[in-house]
Amino acid sequence: MSLSSKSAVIGRRLVQAVPVLVLSTFIVFALLKLVPGDVAVTLAGDNASDARIAEIRHLYGLDQPFLVQYGAWLWKALHGDLSHSLLSSEAVVASIARCLPHTLLVVVLAMALALLIGIPLGIAAASRQDSWLDGLVMTIASLGVAVPNFWLGMLLVALFALDLNWLPATGAVSLSQSVGGALSHAILPACALAAGGIAEVARQLRSSLVEILHSQQVRTLHAKGLSPSAILWRHGLKNVSVNLLTVISLLFNRLLAATVVVEAVFAIPGMGGLIVNAAIHRDFPVVQGVVFVMVLIVVAINLVTDILYNLLDPRIA
Amino acid sequence: MAGPADMPAATLTPPRDRPAASAGARALLEVRALSLSFATSDGDLNVIRDVSFSVAPGERVGIVGESGCGKTVTGLALLRLLPARSARLSGEIRFEGQDLATLPERQMRAVRGRDIAMIFQEPMSALDPVFTVGDQIGEAYRAHFPADRREARARAIAALAEVGIPAPERRCDDYPHQLSGGMRQRVMIAMALICRPKLLIADEPTTALDVTVQSQITDLLQRLSEATGTALLFITHDLGVVAETCTRMITMYAGEVVEDAPVDAALTRPGHPYTSGLLRSLPGLSARRGALPSIPGRVPSLLAMPPGCRFQPRCGHAAVNCASAQPLVERAPSHRVRCCRARELTLPGAVR
Repeated sequence: MSLSSKSAVIGRRLVQAVPVLVLSTFIVFALLKLVPGDVAVTLAGDNASDARIAEIRHLYGLDQPFLVQYGAWLWKALHGDLSHSLLSSEAVVASIARCLPHTLLVVVLAMALALLIGIPLGIAAASRQDSWLDGLVMTIASLGVAVPNFWLGMLLVALFALDLNWLPATGAVSLSQSVGGALSHAILPACALAAGGIAEVARQLRSSLVEILHSQQVRTLHAKGLSPSAILWRHGLKNVSVNLLTVISLLFNRLLAATVVVEAVFAIPGMGGLIVNAAIHRDFPVVQGVVFVMVLIVVAINLVTDILYNLLDPRIA
Repeated sequence: MAGPADMPAATLTPPRDRPAASAGARALLEVRALSLSFATSDGDLNVIRDVSFSVAPGERVGIVGESGCGKTVTGLALLRLLPARSARLSGEIRFEGQDLATLPERQMRAVRGRDIAMIFQEPMSALDPVFTVGDQIGEAYRAHFPADRREARARAIAALAEVGIPAPERRCDDYPHQLSGGMRQRVMIAMALICRPKLLIADEPTTALDVTVQSQITDLLQRLSEATGTALLFITHDLGVVAETCTRMITMYAGEVVEDAPVDAALTRPGHPYTSGLLRSLPGLSARRGALPSIPGRVPSLLAMPPGCRFQPRCGHAAVNCASAQPLVERAPSHRVRCCRARELTLPGAVR
């Protein structure tokens, strides 16, 4: 594939990302307006007069038409300003900068675990199809999918934090403070989060590898006199890499969403806690800002995935 | 030993270790009483029974028969490419003295691609879509001979040129999806012949291609077989192709060899009523008068094979003796027929 077609692909995906960003933030903005309750009433405090509430509405621009409010938010967002929290008046960008690293650390760690464990399991199961090992791996994988991550999280805390006292039960330390501390806080939530990911990676990899290993193209490789290991490692894995990449990118996006619950279990001050708290208190700018950043991350991941597709499969252009 | 490494890559060279093919020489491949069944949940399913034939060095043999007669499975069985867990093989596959049916898998691997190569029906799905064709051809060579990437690539380019692909240096870096069906089949042939095998099994290599390309591929196979002395086992249901390219024709019916004869004899004086029926049902080869003859009935199910002659229920010449098991009988020198009436019947063949 030529370099120009690669940059054309990147350009096309970037252009496609713009409507996704606008549409998703617009939908969230609209949903927040539909939520019952009025942040101005909350902000005004108990026994506030109607005049005071109206004044607050005006102060925050809440009395303006919906589209004007959205337009103003979008314009500022495009300039890197996600405005301020209505409650704490902290800049939303600052809140996110504080919370995002905790979330990303857990998600990236969970992703690494899912790949480091899931890929070997999937390969082992596929290369010994229908053996006891295959059965065992698939049983473990079914369990991994079935077990809810918050429950697994609680079990892990009970065992490794409370009983054995090996790891801290709750909280988080940022990487800049102490790498060891950050990792020791992140490892249990990452394990809880990774269980489903391990299962999914193993199952998907196994099924696509099995399909390839029974294909006509692999029969040709056998007819050429190639060894089973050359067929598996050279041809099998390259052929399933596109499928695997799809699984990985979808999984990353899902883990990003799933951290909300796991963060609550482990009391991690991450993006999940931030958005849940903001939504409960109708702190629109924070909710809006968190969604915006999450969408940005997802769009970026999809973009990288698309570029990698092009590198891995010559048929995709 | 003298390997292809000693020979210039770009020229057509005879297979390794072999003087020119001579008539009456020892058979290259000798299949004796080969039977194959698949273990299924309903018990063993017998797909081919008592298949015996031989291929001399450099000989071109066609295996014909309708779909499901076991011809493709026979080809796969010779290279032991069937699923090891469910396929039960018995009988002998003598190739240059060693029995491939019982050869350990590791030694079998050394035979595949190097001594016996195979090409398949669907060139679209038989190539790996994520590797360049040059890479895949070179890989076939490197699986059996020590060669670095540069040498493998040079050999791949030479092989592509040999099978008539224009601009082989450029095509070498193409992926299969960038080539037409005919070109892909040429790539398959180049890949199969790069180690200069002694036998090439071609399993319906033209079936998936359009008609104009079909004859090009057939001609190419014949030309390369003649030039390199590679024996060809041509599995097809196209009797016209066999008539043009092969020297001998083996007819299979319901998992058995029913006739094995030189092409001329098989086409003009078929010994088995089934071969005769096949020939007469060909629009191109039969006389142009009236309705096209056809064979009544259908192939018996694998689960309900009639005892004795398997063709008997559909045969217009069936007699009392046909109910007993039919061995292959010699009708004329090198003309064997699985029919007890082979010597008494005079059956119509193709009008030429």
